[in-house]
This record gives sequence, structure tokens and C-alpha cells, in this order.
Amino acid sequence: MTALAALIRRDVRIALRVGGGALIGVLFFLTVVVLMPFAIGPDIPLLTRLGPAILWLGALLASLLTLDRLFMADHEDGSLDLIVMGRTPLELACAAKALAHWLAAGLPLVVATPVLGLLLNLDATATSAVALTLLVGTPALTFTGMIGAALAVTLHRGGLLLAVLVLPLSVPVLIFGVAASQAVIVGPTPFGTPFSILCAISLVSFVVGPFAAAASLKHGLD
Amino acid sequence: MRLSGRGVRCVRGGREVFSSLDFEAASGEAVAVTGPNGAGKTSLLRLIAGLLAPAGGSIDLEGGEAELTLPEQAHYLGHRDALKPALSVLENLSFWRDFLGSSGDAGQNLARVGLDHAMHLPAAFLSAGQRRRLSIARLLSVRRPVWLLDEPTSALDAAGQAMFAGVMREHLAAGGLIVAATHAPLGIEARELRMELRIGGAA
Repeated sequence: MTALAALIRRDVRIALRVGGGALIGVLFFLTVVVLMPFAIGPDIPLLTRLGPAILWLGALLASLLTLDRLFMADHEDGSLDLIVMGRTPLELACAAKALAHWLAAGLPLVVATPVLGLLLNLDATATSAVALTLLVGTPALTFTGMIGAALAVTLHRGGLLLAVLVLPLSVPVLIFGVAASQAVIVGPTPFGTPFSILCAISLVSFVVGPFAAAASLKHGLD
Repeated sequence: MRLSGRGVRCVRGGREVFSSLDFEAASGEAVAVTGPNGAGKTSLLRLIAGLLAPAGGSIDLEGGEAELTLPEQAHYLGHRDALKPALSVLENLSFWRDFLGSSGDAGQNLARVGLDHAMHLPAAFLSAGQRRRLSIARLLSVRRPVWLLDEPTSALDAAGQAMFAGVMREHLAAGGLIVAATHAPLGIEARELRMELRIGGAA
């Protein structure tokens, strides 16, 4: 347990220090969402209808932006070798790394959502619905994205490949995340149905992600 | 405790680096792996560390802890120092101590390698020799019987090399074993394992 806590503490600390890059994701999220109203124009009802989709797309792209550093940094400085050799099971270490990444890069997106909801003319209920779906959905983006990050770890400049690998896996999360938020704003489906499926996807990714990432790390090292 | 390799074969990038290599090291013994660049010294250490899969043969550790695999009982000191530039010297060392599962005093080990004055300095500002000293402090913080060292004395000054020779001697006296790839003399008694460069065909 202390080993995993130490790993999470270290990764969060590095991400939050200068040059760690945790805030790049939030800044990107902010830029995308702030620019949308200018592109769409002053049609306020349209903005409300598109709001959840815009927030979700912004969050998805922002989480992709920092994902390639998840294992790459540790691979480059040799830390990954020692983590693989360590007595902590690699699956748990991967899960700890993903959790730390989500705390530093995913959670700030959820926190920023209420502010950005104002720009998209979302009322309090709609904003909290989007924030709730993001809270449940962004861990799934991190944990499935981790598989791609582990596959691309030995490739230099693997960022683009990572996006191509990960995007298809994040489509279901996007569909049900937006569907649940839309259900609150326009109906007619109840919020619970897509939201439960979103929760299920997250739970599956918590199990599959660490195992797949650990397997690909073990075979990919050289 | 006895580390032995039988008929080990290593293929990297479709090219055979070495084959039918036998080696052996017992408790209290150091093996210096020597040979020209590209002979497979680092590859051999990474094979023992479980970071590469052997294309043939076997590597075993007899007399270690039965539930643990060989990599779990080994320290690997590679070219890359596994240090995070954003963290301080103490934070770097404390992390590896906690992650690798020990509860020693980090400050004491930093004093041993002569880095106690720089404890709160970010690792980004360390020189190559100081980074090496910090890696050596990691070997001291967590007890592992097998040390796999890749060019351990590179970048160390004369005092650093003497300090490290003392550290290695203590490790051997405590029943540990060392396999070190090196071009320079290690500063301790060591059995030489000479590797030849193979220029050659596809595997």
C-alpha cells in the first residue's frame, strides 16, 4: 500500500510542479469552450443544446493531450524499468499511475465545468448534470487511454499514434456521457439510463485498463 | 546464494548479440562484465533484470527467497538514473525507498554518498556525478541481494569511486553479489566475464 501511495504522491507532485503540464489540459479545455460561442454565433438556444457536446468534446481532447506523458516520462528516465522490476504488481502500479494522472489532469476539468457552463448558457441543473457525467466519465477516458499510452511508450513522438489508438475506445464514453447530459436538458429519455451505462463503462475500464497496460508494458520493453 | 546462466542467447532487433553464454556468481562475489562497445554487456544485465526476454537458455538464482523472482531481488543501476528533475534529491530518494519497500533513513544514506548538503535541491541541478551518487544512495536505501550495475563508476570523481568501492565491498561482505558491466576497473576484486563483439549475420 505504501508503495502505491508513494507512486500516486510522486506523480501528482510532479504534475503540479513547474513544467509538469497538469494545467495544460485545463487551459486547452478553456480555450476550446471559450471559442465555441464565437464560432456558433449569438444563438442562445442552439448554444444550450450543443453545450454538453462541446464540454464533452473539450474534455475528451484535453485528456488526450496529456495522456502520452503517462508512461513516456518514466520510460525516458529509466524509472519504468525499476517499476517493472519492483515487488508491487505491475497492474496495481499502472492503476496507481492512472489514478494520479486523473487526479492531476482529469479532476481539474470537472472542477472547471461549472464556470464554462456559464459561457454556454447552461443553467444550474444542466451544468451539474454535465459535471457529474464528466466526474464519472473522465476516469474511463484515462483508464482506457492508458492502454494506448502503454502501447506507444517505446515510440518517440508517439502522441499522434496514441490519439488514433485511443479515440475509438473513447467513443462509447462520449456517446453515453453526452446522452446523459442531454437527457437532463431536452429529454425525453430519463437521465438514469445512459448514466448507468456510463458508470458501467468506467467500472469495466478500471478492470481492463491496468491489466492491458501492464501486459503491453511487459512485452514492449527493450 | 548463486546466480547462474546456462546457454543464454540474446537477440535484439533481429540480430544475435550473443549466444550460449554461461556465467556464474556466488554470494560475496563480484563479476565484471567487460568487452567492446556493442558486445552485449547492457543486454546481459537487462536479461538478468528481466527487462529483456532471453531468446534461449535460462537464468536462475538459487538460494534466494523462494516466493520472489530474480528481478524482485535485484537492484538495477542503468545508464538512465530514474530521477525526476522536478523533485528534490530527498524526495527522489524517499520515493524509491517507499516504492521499493523499505523504511531506512534517507538522510543517512545521502550523507554516505556525500549529497546531504544538497538534500533539498531539485534533481535538475545535479551534475552527472551527483546523479550517479544519488542512484547509489538508492542501492543503499533498499536491501536487495543482487546488484546489476551498468557502468557504475562513470562520471564519478576519484573520491566517489573510492566511496563506491567501499559500498560494494560492504555489500559483498553482507552476502550480496554484484554483476557489473564496466570499462574502468571497479576498484574491488572481481572475476572477469569477457564478451566478444560478434559482427554478424541475422539470427
